[in-house]
Order: sequence, then C-alpha cells, then structure tokens
Amino acid sequence: MRGITLSYFLQRLGIFFLTIWIAGTVIWIIPHLAPGDPAAAIVSRMSSQGGTVENSDKIIAGFKERFGLNDSLPVQYIRYLGNIVHLDFGYSMANFPASVSDIIGLALPWTLGLLSIAAIIYFLLGNFLGAIMAWDRTPRLVKWLIPVGLIFTSLPSILSALFLAYVFAFLLNWFPLEFAYDANIQPGLTPQFIGSVIQHGILPAMSIILVSFGAWTIGMRGMMITVEGEDYMHLARAKGLNPLYMLYRYSIRNAILPQITAFAITIGTLVSGQLLVEYVFSYQGMGLVIATAILNQDYPVIEGASFILIFMTALAVLILDLIYPLIDPRISYGSR
Amino acid sequence: MANIVGPQQGTVESPPKRWPTAKRMGRFNRWDTPWLNSRLIAGLFIITLILLLGVLGRLFWDTKLAFTGSSPQFLPPVGFTDSLTGNVGTWEHPLGTEASGRDMLALLIVGAPNTFLVGVIASAVGEGVGIILGFSAGYLGGKVDAVIRVLADVSITIPSLLVLIVIQSIFRQVELTTIALLISLFAWPQPTRHIRAQVLSMRESGYVQMAKVSGASTFDIMFREIMPNLIPYLFASFIGNAASAILNAVTLEVLGLGPQRVPTLGGVISYAIQGSALLANMWWWWGFPTLVLAIMFIGLLLVNLGFDEIANPRMRQSSV
Repeated sequence: MRGITLSYFLQRLGIFFLTIWIAGTVIWIIPHLAPGDPAAAIVSRMSSQGGTVENSDKIIAGFKERFGLNDSLPVQYIRYLGNIVHLDFGYSMANFPASVSDIIGLALPWTLGLLSIAAIIYFLLGNFLGAIMAWDRTPRLVKWLIPVGLIFTSLPSILSALFLAYVFAFLLNWFPLEFAYDANIQPGLTPQFIGSVIQHGILPAMSIILVSFGAWTIGMRGMMITVEGEDYMHLARAKGLNPLYMLYRYSIRNAILPQITAFAITIGTLVSGQLLVEYVFSYQGMGLVIATAILNQDYPVIEGASFILIFMTALAVLILDLIYPLIDPRISYGSR
Repeated sequence: MANIVGPQQGTVESPPKRWPTAKRMGRFNRWDTPWLNSRLIAGLFIITLILLLGVLGRLFWDTKLAFTGSSPQFLPPVGFTDSLTGNVGTWEHPLGTEASGRDMLALLIVGAPNTFLVGVIASAVGEGVGIILGFSAGYLGGKVDAVIRVLADVSITIPSLLVLIVIQSIFRQVELTTIALLISLFAWPQPTRHIRAQVLSMRESGYVQMAKVSGASTFDIMFREIMPNLIPYLFASFIGNAASAILNAVTLEVLGLGPQRVPTLGGVISYAIQGSALLANMWWWWGFPTLVLAIMFIGLLLVNLGFDEIANPRMRQSSV
C-alpha cells in the first residue's frame, strides 16, 4: 500500500523523542560525571562578577533554585527534563529581564530562513551537477569544469565565510559585511527591507552553499551511474525516447531517492556549519546568539539556544521521514 | 553452500591470451596496485607536509614566539605594508604578527598539529567503538542489531556540535585530549552504520561460511576473517571521521571553547574575528590559519577518496 501507516508514524515519532531525550541527557550527564559541581562552578563564576552584574543576587537565587543544588541527582534530572518539555530555560544572564525564550524567538526565524534557502539551493544545485556529470550528452567542457568546483567540498564553512566576506564584502564592497539587514531601514514588508534582507543574506547563504553542494554532486553522480546500468534505461534508449525526458523521468527521479534519505542525516551537520557563518557575518540568528552568549558566559542562553536547535533538527528529520514514503511509491511501510 | 567468488590474489606469471582486458589494463604489473592511486598519494603527501611543518618547524623556528607579547604587534608578512599602521613586514616575522604580539608562523607551527591531533584521537576512539558495535550489529544480528541500529540512527541526527557547545561552556578550561574524547562521543555512529552495512553484505559470503563450518569462533570470524577484508574501507571511514572531528574541534575553537592554554588553528581564527581582523584588513591574521586548514581538509578528502578507490573497485574506472 502507499503512504504512511500508523506503525511507521509511531516508530518515527518514537525516534524523534528518543533523539531529543538522548541529546538532553548527554548535555545533563557529562558535566555531572566530571569532578566538581558544574552548577556551583557557574554560580561561583557569577558571584565573582557579582559587583558588576545587576540583579545578580536574584539571578543566583533563581539559578540555585533552578539547578536545585540541594536535591538528589535523580530529582535534579527529572526537574531538568520537565524544564526542557516546557521549553523553559530561565532568564538570560547578560540581558537580565529578557527570558531565554524571548531571545530565541527573535533569532530563530532568521536562522530557519537562511538555512532552508541555502539547503534547498545546494541540494538542487549539487544533485543537478551530479546528474549532468554522469549524463553522456553533457558537453566535455562542463564535465571538466564541475570537478574544479568540487575543490571546496567538505571544507569547513568558516573558511568559505571568511574568504567570501573578505573578497566580496571588504575588498570589492559588493555586499554588506555585517548584519541581516540595513540598520537604517525600518523592518516591515516594504520592498526596501526585503531587498536589504536579500542583499545581506547572499554572502552567508553562498558560504554554506559553496562548501556543501559538492558532496551531493559526488553522491548523485555515483547513483546516476548505478541507474544507468538498469534494464529500463536500455529499453528507454531502444525505444528512442527524448534524451532530456529520459534524463529527468528515468535517471534523476530514480537516482535522487537515496539522496533524500542522506539529506535527513546531514541536517545536523548543516545546522552546526551555519553557526560560524552567522558569527562571521554578525547575522542575527541562533549562531550569533550562541556565539555572543559564549563570550558573555551566558549559560542559560547557550543551553536554551542549543537545545532549540537540536529540537528543530529532530523535527526536520521527522518531517522528512514522514514525507519520504509519499515521494517513493515503491516503499511501503508496516502492513505488508 | 554459497558460491565462493572472490578476487584471486596469487601472482600469475603469464596471463592467458583470452584475457585481453586484463592485459590492456596491465593488471599484473607489480606497481599497478590500487594502493598506489594518485589521490591517495597526493593526499598523504599533503598531510605529511602539514605534519612536517609542525615537526621541522619546531627545530628551525622559535615556538616561544607563539606566546602573547613575544613580538611587536600588527606586523604584516614580509613584503607587505599594513594600510592602517604603516608597519612594514620583516624577515624576523615572515608571516607577520597579530594584535596581541604573537608570531603567525610560530602559531601555525604549534597550532596545526594540535588541531590535527584532536581530530585523529577523536576519530580513532570513534572508529574503535564503531568497529566493535558495527561488527556486533552486522554479524550477530537480532536484538543486538536492533538496539545498536536505533542508537546509531538516533545519535547520527543529533547535531553533535551543539551538545559539545553546551558541555564545553560549562567546562571552559580543558586539555586537548579532553576535547578529543568529548568529540569522540559523537564520532561512533557514522562508522557503526557503515561497518554494519559492510559486514551484513559479507556475512553470507563463501569464506565466512567456510570458517563457520571449520568451527572458527564468532570472535575469530568477525575480526580475523571479515575485518582484514575491510581494511581499506576502515581507513577510508577513519579519515572521513577525522575530517568531521577536526571540523567540530575547529568550530569549538573558533567559538572560543577550545583549549585556552595551547594555540590551535581555530583559536587563532577566533581571536582574529574578535579582533575585527576583517575590518582592519589584517588578512594574514585569519588568512594563514584558514589556508592551512583548507589544505589539511583537501588532503584528508584526497586520502579518503583514495581509500574509497581501493575499497570500491567500481570507482576505479571513473575520473572525477
């Protein structure tokens, strides 16, 4: 049968919760395994700066209560899980009245926007290049040029970000070097604002695309070669079908399925790669929030922002898993 | 019993004339082994070069210059003039110095091997765990397989970097090996999955059946019979894993969560970003560590592709 069965859905949902639970537990357990009490260390670090931090006693009290330093470990663990379920990460230490969720709420849309646009572009571009690399009618020049572009494959995105920022923003001054939009423009649905957002987004997106598409090109090329040997390809050729029609309907549509599965696995790496790109360009997303929080030693923000990103990744994988059976009609799950 | 189909490894003095393809490809030339493919050699050459920079550099260059304040600040590399300060590069600091007076060449000599080491340790630990889990899951099957598979599938989708960031932001002061071990916590799922798939495909092959019939123990079959066949594959996976471990390490370093006492490539970039090196046009400050990193990653990629070519003969005819 086609589509999603209940058992498949429940299984994927189970994996979704398991992912979040394992990530949350690792975050909690490792610092507790280490010698010394992490919460006490943070509180003492804060106390040592107490003279300069406003409301520090209130924060420390909240912190002590939040960490429940006097409770037993299992009680602390269960309280921690409870806070996670409520997405309650307390208050920012650097910007006190702001809660962590407020800060995340402002930054998350920027990250999701940049990330999804970059991901769609590099996935399509990478697979397209891989497909025409394996296609026998591609001009030789193109086949020779694509591997040159693959040099950037698997480089860290920090390298491409610094390189692009220096060349296109600093030296050539084609694009702005910092921020997600021009500070002089009032945010709103005006053409100027949207134009500014796009102009500011091009370099960060390019930094991600440049280092990411190559892996998909190589993977897609391998898949295309496998598909090329299939009997239905010989039949299609014998029938004299239009080569372009064959390329799309016969080769690409079959070769791309494993790529989609692979895509789900790499979302986590993708999120990590973006952190530094945002940091380099001062792009006001989650990466900048985390980087700033690290500089300010703002632990609740680091924890909250990282956890939300982990949650989002697991959610994206879940959605992709649920869409997949709809894309590939040959696969049926459960009742067989 | 399954058919025993495998490559015949023995040397054949004179190939029969009915193998024209084999003759054309020169397969029986002693130097024509897949281990001598150009990518592997080029990649190993690059990696050796970077490690030599670390080893020989210490002999010929004073690494104490990597300490803060050991040199004049804001010196550009030889032959360049800094547009802001008007400083001119000298041979005393051929690659220039950064804002806190550290010599760039000394930083690279000390930092590059450190960054590389973190990746290698993390990857080695992850690969070891991956071998044990992957072989157990693939060969034993059943419930062991189910548990390991779910664990690996789940762990692989967790953005490891974020977990590391949270943990590191509590620890702060850490040694190189601690960071490496933390990173290795997330370096096992990828090899586990891949090795499991490979072992699954080997489990039914003839030589394994043969070993079973001869009464070899499960341990012997797994690690004495199957594993030697996977060696190029394990190397490829080790190198790929090392690259992603280095990537994690560098990211932590750039965010200021790396080791604070010893210089690392990411640590230098971190100071460069905080010191607005981009706006100050101090390209050498971020440029040299990025360049070394880029070369390191290209080297690792080439080695990885090279081992892939050995492990997977179908890739040999291709020319990417």
